[in-house]
Amino acid sequence: MDYTVIIGLEVHVQLQTKTKLFCGCSTKFNPDHPNTQTCPVCLGLPGALPVLNREAFHLGMKTGLAINCEIPSFTKWDRKQYYYPDLPKAYQISQFDLPMSQNGWLEIELDPETREKKKVGIIRAHLEEDAGKNSHDESGRGQDSKVDLNRCGTPLIEIVSEPDLRSAQEARTYLEELKLLLTYIDVSDCNMQEGSLRCDANVNLHVHKADGETVPTPIVEIKNLNSFRGVEQAIEYEVQRQWKDWQAKGLSLKDVPKETRGWDADRGVTLEQRGKEDAADYRYFPDPDLAPVTVTDAERERVSKELCERPADRRARFEKSYQLSVYDAAVIIDQGPTLADYFETVAESCGNGKQAANWVTQDVLRELKEREYEISEFPIKSEVLAALLQKVDANEITTKSARTVFQELLSDSEGNRGVEQIQSIIDEKGLALVSDTGQLESIVQAVVDRNAKAVADFQSGKQAAVGALIGQVMREIKGADPKTVRELLVEKMS
Amino acid sequence: MSITSATASELLAKMNSGELSSEEITSACLDEISRRDESINAFLSVQHEAALEKAREVDQKRKSGKPLGKLAGIPVALKDNLCAAGVTTTCASKMLEQFVSPYDAHTVERLKAADAVLIGKTNLDEFAMGSSTENSAFKTTTNPWNTAYAAGGSSGGSAAAVAAGFTPLALGSDTGGSIRQPASFCGVVGLKPTYGRVSRYGLVAFASSLDQIGPFARDVTDAALILETISGKDQRDTTSLDAPVPEFTSHLEQPLENLKVGYVEHLHEEGLHEDVKEATHRALEVYKSLGAELIPITLPHAKYCVATYYIIAPSEASSNLARYDGVHYGYRAEHFENMIDMYAASRGEAFGDEVKRRIMLGTYALSSGYYDAYYLKALKVRRLIRNDFEQAFQSVDIIATPVTPTPAFTIGELVDDPLAMYLADIFTTSANLSGIPGISIPAGFSKNNLPIGLQLLAPPLEEERLLRAARMFERETEWHRKRPE
Repeated sequence: MDYTVIIGLEVHVQLQTKTKLFCGCSTKFNPDHPNTQTCPVCLGLPGALPVLNREAFHLGMKTGLAINCEIPSFTKWDRKQYYYPDLPKAYQISQFDLPMSQNGWLEIELDPETREKKKVGIIRAHLEEDAGKNSHDESGRGQDSKVDLNRCGTPLIEIVSEPDLRSAQEARTYLEELKLLLTYIDVSDCNMQEGSLRCDANVNLHVHKADGETVPTPIVEIKNLNSFRGVEQAIEYEVQRQWKDWQAKGLSLKDVPKETRGWDADRGVTLEQRGKEDAADYRYFPDPDLAPVTVTDAERERVSKELCERPADRRARFEKSYQLSVYDAAVIIDQGPTLADYFETVAESCGNGKQAANWVTQDVLRELKEREYEISEFPIKSEVLAALLQKVDANEITTKSARTVFQELLSDSEGNRGVEQIQSIIDEKGLALVSDTGQLESIVQAVVDRNAKAVADFQSGKQAAVGALIGQVMREIKGADPKTVRELLVEKMS
Repeated sequence: MSITSATASELLAKMNSGELSSEEITSACLDEISRRDESINAFLSVQHEAALEKAREVDQKRKSGKPLGKLAGIPVALKDNLCAAGVTTTCASKMLEQFVSPYDAHTVERLKAADAVLIGKTNLDEFAMGSSTENSAFKTTTNPWNTAYAAGGSSGGSAAAVAAGFTPLALGSDTGGSIRQPASFCGVVGLKPTYGRVSRYGLVAFASSLDQIGPFARDVTDAALILETISGKDQRDTTSLDAPVPEFTSHLEQPLENLKVGYVEHLHEEGLHEDVKEATHRALEVYKSLGAELIPITLPHAKYCVATYYIIAPSEASSNLARYDGVHYGYRAEHFENMIDMYAASRGEAFGDEVKRRIMLGTYALSSGYYDAYYLKALKVRRLIRNDFEQAFQSVDIIATPVTPTPAFTIGELVDDPLAMYLADIFTTSANLSGIPGISIPAGFSKNNLPIGLQLLAPPLEEERLLRAARMFERETEWHRKRPE
């Protein structure tokens, strides 16, 4: 007897609008000043009415199109009703039976070796308002709970996948790819610490019995997954728990209603949250305060045109156009669109994608990390790095010299970091690669002449002897290309 | 003419000629309230000082020749489900007894901009649910014509205030007849505009797809005047209509030519009071004498109005009133065990019976498994009711009907029979379900001297037609000039 793991994810993403979904309050993450970004509308005061934020709808459309969804021409708003202190109207404005986008997919790569890919179906993506945040007294002294409504009314898009994911690892990959995509199309910062991206996972098993029958186990929704690692660990835990539960009780999906469990990251377990008997009836009905939204073909087309290249496509293109390794392409793409743009400008202008990738993934990323820079603040602009790499490519300086120039540019106290600065540093430091073979040849000859012992060693088969001689030549002529020097030395001594 | 029985237009003329000041008018109204509201119970709060201050300010403005708003210096009362910054908005509920709104409703902003003097907040059935003002948590408004009788509801306080001489103008809200029915009972003009004509921003929601704010006045001209002030698109209410607002007062005296008045033959005849039947009949004769053509029409789905209304309105109400949970504002129970208990105790203690009844009806109708049979079905019937009117207005310009099956009932008469109370909404709910404008104008008296109104209905956004038709009738009759003793 074995089993297949069945996973579907519900991902809530905060759309990066300046103002909330139905009022003009700021959406800034501001937990230190609770209840300062509120107004009668998001406080749910008597008489206040919601007004749709068109930008939120626009970002929703962008998201829907990016995950290959249909955008129906008619969509409406529904009230999802439940009581909770962080929900001041006691209903959430959401979308029930006619979401603003549906029937899409997102492709993920299952294995970087085999390049095996999989299209994960997306059932729907709909807009809704976020709730506020409750904080409870954890001192055990029974203090009052507190409610912060700064977040209340912030636009969210909920993306519901088909139960197409087959392992915790796949779920994680899907979530990572989704995050990357949403960052690229610039609809969300997807900051998981600040709750801009939250995930619930629906998990069960299809148990394959010896007699060939397949039995689905009860579905569990795991809530409170706020990191990629958490998603992976919680699902792994839940799979084991359900498998043991199946072996002990043999209950199928038909025997037990859907259960909600919370992920406790500290203890590494899922815990039962909502009782099975009180399955919520949200009493959805169309919100009479909001007119339905209609979407025309022209609007759909206009928003489609705004979409940039998807990260997966860009990754593939980088591999192909710039001959990057799978690894390098992934590293660059994963850093986000600004770094990918940086790389691409460097690669295009210096004409050597492979070299550009080496520099960007090693030197640039290392400096960004050490100096805690965003790529947008990085002192060496892409055209300057490109000019530097061009010089390497044209054999004007060595890679080693280029690194010296790179460091000089970074540390220039006066901030002179233009393209012209490169040549000044080269001149100043005497880094120019000597292309005059006559000059080089005479120095090589001189070194050979005064190192009779080393020459004899070399001639008797000690290859290492060349190294010392290269060093001597290089000391006399800094810009020399070590490869050329070696060739010349070998030629003279042979 | 006394100040307290004059119309707003008359008072404006006297202020403009220097005969009267707003302070004098406002004082006269406040005095009348002090003297007689103890028996009428029209007001839940009176903004005595603020009103006088505003009156003096407007007088000053008038004296210095500065431009004045349309209602400069005229007292206006607000139904206490309209938010006005800094004063309580109780909705006649224990739940909001202490609630002070931080903002003005759109209509209140408009009235302030028109230099009106906001005189006080009027009584209503709790959260506007009722037809007699008996469901107020604080007091029962009586009918100024006979205090043993109900003023009607839910805007009973506003209707009674205008009838009793406390204020020349008032605003109310009409979800199923809550302006027209008390206007009829109290012998004043009450108008429910087209759904969306007036922004609902700041009106405490009862049933969002049906609620509409409208005026009470002593004649049609005054109703037109205040309607001009409060109508028009408001960006904060997406259901408010972006349609031009005509100057309703400008063509008011011009009779409508070749007017076709529709009437429904044998409409609910079995329950119709003789005096109401007679008043309606006489009113149609007045139109006939003015050269109008009387055309019988049918409204095949009219018999489903009350049933449809009492599914849709409570459903929306159950959702709209869920926010009163004792967490953020409003009443919170003193004793409770846990969070759920706090909700239950707060709501249980602070809501009255009728509100609870409707919350339960609505919660049931929206519950999973019942939604299709009740709410969805009601929406479909609503569409049919609307179609009936569209059809009827193909052949007539306006429709004339009674407002209520009977004149005012006595206080306590129907309070224990909610179904009978609901059925009294038979002529009024259709205008809300179909979104069309309706007006109640004084059209006679019962044998025991209680006012009887006539309801006129017009197609959407045809308030101008509605008002002109009403004015035609008013010019020919004296009913609107009668004042209670």
